[in-house]
Amino acid sequence: MSSDAVVIQDVHVESRPWVETLHDWVTTVDHKRLGILYILYALVLLAMGGTEALIIRIQLMVPHNHFVSPQVFNRMFTMHGTTMIFFVVMPVLFGFMNYLVPLMIGARDMAFPRLNAFSFWLTAFGGILLYFSFLGGEGLYGAGSAPDVGWWAYAPLAAKAFSPGHSSDYWTISLLVSGFGSVGTAINIIATVLCMRCPGMHLGRMPLLVWLALVMSAMVLLAITPLTAAQMMLLVDRYLGGHFFDTQAGGSATLWMHFFWIFGHPEVYVLVIPAFAFISEIVPVFSRKPMFGYPVMVAATVAIGFVSMSVWAHHMFTIGMNSYANSFFALTTMAVGIPTGIKIFNWLATMWGGKIQFKTPMLFAIAFLFQFLIAGLTGIIQAAVPVDWQLSLSYFVVAHFHYVIVGGILFALFGAFYYWYPKVTGRMLDETLGRWHFWLFIIGFHLCFDLMHLPGLLGMPRRIYTYEPGRGWDTLNFLISIGGFIQATAVLVFLANLFLSYWKGAKAGNDPWDAWTLEWSVSSPPPAYNFATIPTVASRRPLWDLKHPEDPDSRYD
Amino acid sequence: MTEGRRLPDRGKVGMACLISAESAIFTIFVVAYLFYVGKSRGGPTPHDVLETPIFYTICLLSSSLTIHLAARFLARGQRGGFLGLWMLTFVLGGLFLYGTGQEWHRLIYDHGLTISTNLFGTTYYSLVGLHASHVIAGLIMMGVVLAFALAGRVGRPHSPRVEVLGLYWHFVDAVWVVVFTVVYVIGR
Repeated sequence: MSSDAVVIQDVHVESRPWVETLHDWVTTVDHKRLGILYILYALVLLAMGGTEALIIRIQLMVPHNHFVSPQVFNRMFTMHGTTMIFFVVMPVLFGFMNYLVPLMIGARDMAFPRLNAFSFWLTAFGGILLYFSFLGGEGLYGAGSAPDVGWWAYAPLAAKAFSPGHSSDYWTISLLVSGFGSVGTAINIIATVLCMRCPGMHLGRMPLLVWLALVMSAMVLLAITPLTAAQMMLLVDRYLGGHFFDTQAGGSATLWMHFFWIFGHPEVYVLVIPAFAFISEIVPVFSRKPMFGYPVMVAATVAIGFVSMSVWAHHMFTIGMNSYANSFFALTTMAVGIPTGIKIFNWLATMWGGKIQFKTPMLFAIAFLFQFLIAGLTGIIQAAVPVDWQLSLSYFVVAHFHYVIVGGILFALFGAFYYWYPKVTGRMLDETLGRWHFWLFIIGFHLCFDLMHLPGLLGMPRRIYTYEPGRGWDTLNFLISIGGFIQATAVLVFLANLFLSYWKGAKAGNDPWDAWTLEWSVSSPPPAYNFATIPTVASRRPLWDLKHPEDPDSRYD
Repeated sequence: MTEGRRLPDRGKVGMACLISAESAIFTIFVVAYLFYVGKSRGGPTPHDVLETPIFYTICLLSSSLTIHLAARFLARGQRGGFLGLWMLTFVLGGLFLYGTGQEWHRLIYDHGLTISTNLFGTTYYSLVGLHASHVIAGLIMMGVVLAFALAGRVGRPHSPRVEVLGLYWHFVDAVWVVVFTVVYVIGR
């Protein structure tokens, strides 16, 4: 499969003009370059969304603060939520999947390379459109520029009467456009996984990451599209005078909530399943053991995919559904905990008795396990309807879903960055900076989001731009904001590490972690064609077989 | 080589995925339509103004058969039969679209029903319009194939692609069965 690189001495290669290099990147259809573009794009928007978060936290640091106006505050939380979900986490995950899936299944590219490029540019222009609203959104005097109706854009708030001007149109159209991009990528990933696998790579031998990418993509097809449909209806309402969500004409505001959350809740699993995928690759390699319970992991993922499609209305317990609906959605929500619990136990069982190496990717993976567990538990708490009636729309909810998205997904993503950066660039990320990043981030994270549960329990509603002193929220909010700044510092350390290591990092070689999946069999960075000869695999760990011919996995397969 | 297996055709898998995604979009529109049946404040109501488009429905549904047969001719390399049936499919699809246009014209000019008149108008034009836009997309793609076929550039090697397009067209027809049931049977 792989061989040592041939070194040619004393050859001077003319460097190409930068315009040509730029042209290559803009017109590329290579899955690796598109993956990198997705990730870089997401990092830029992470900086935007992060800045918005910091503005929110500065405003809430002390009571009666006047750092930003209420109008700007509304824009900040709307843009923060929209950016982070649709233009940071989705693209970065698609980037990783784009980069890794073909390499892991022994393919030379995705099934539809041009569709891949098209999808990326749709997503990219969607994000640009969203941010252009700051400049171009002033449609009507006093109506505001950037979207400010919250990331759910509940009806009738998003209707023309209550959101005049163009701010909500930017929100709708940018999500519509990027939604098409997401569906394109999902189609591409599914077709790649089902149709492009190398000889011997039957479904039961695919790396878990590939399995999870498949499930995630199937969910994207069924979960993003309801939002697309709802956005079309909102556009009909706003531009053509339709009445879908117009209560004056008999329309229903609740219907929008249903449509949004039919998208919104599966979306959480669309985001978290790739995080599971990264953990399922990192934990075995740094525990020096094969994954425990591979078939059960696959089954649990598929089960999560199914069950998560029928939990959406747990976001809506407070709107007054009947008790049958409440009970149904409470039960399904709790049921999701079962396959998720299976996964957590499988990761623990993989680590159990292994020779654990505490490299930076593994640190993030272990933190993920603890934090995702807590995030899941606060989710189960809110699945109980009466508790939710008390906690809904409070900071407890904000703390809960940030625990999922930051404590779970973002930690897994950081682990993935440290794990695959050597493959993408050929250089190792610096371990010392990595540890600084990890410890700063974990301190900041817990200071911020552990404490954030408390003002929620004390009754602090979400989305308020300021509050009265003396309600017991002051110190907590101050500390939460400090935690936010520590996290921002940690992210700066991370970005510095990404830049510095690109030039100064230790050479990685093909396989720095002594890992077992196919992407480590090719050079770092991989050649444009990935594999000079298409590999043939005989087990779930093809590189183990190669390195240990005396005791290959294929003997037990 | 451990096994002599054949992986599925990526075109078909891709189209199947697209169809799943589109089905979800249509499902949401159908749910909205059904949810709002009878909730309009003021007329016109579906019972008053809708007429069941039986002829055009037959056109559309039979075009599924013709596109299937056309693809079979192409797979066997019989280009003449393919071209004839492909044109017929195109004409049948076009007829259906004409029928939709005629119905809309009647509703707008004779009954004053537009998308902003009442909930029925909003949901009706959205759902039927969403379907019609899929018919248009299908006709454009079929038109491209037709142009190449008339130029003599479509042969047996293109058969898999034509079949993928056929899958899309079957989907458009299947959606019409649902839309027809919802709008003209249940909704009235």
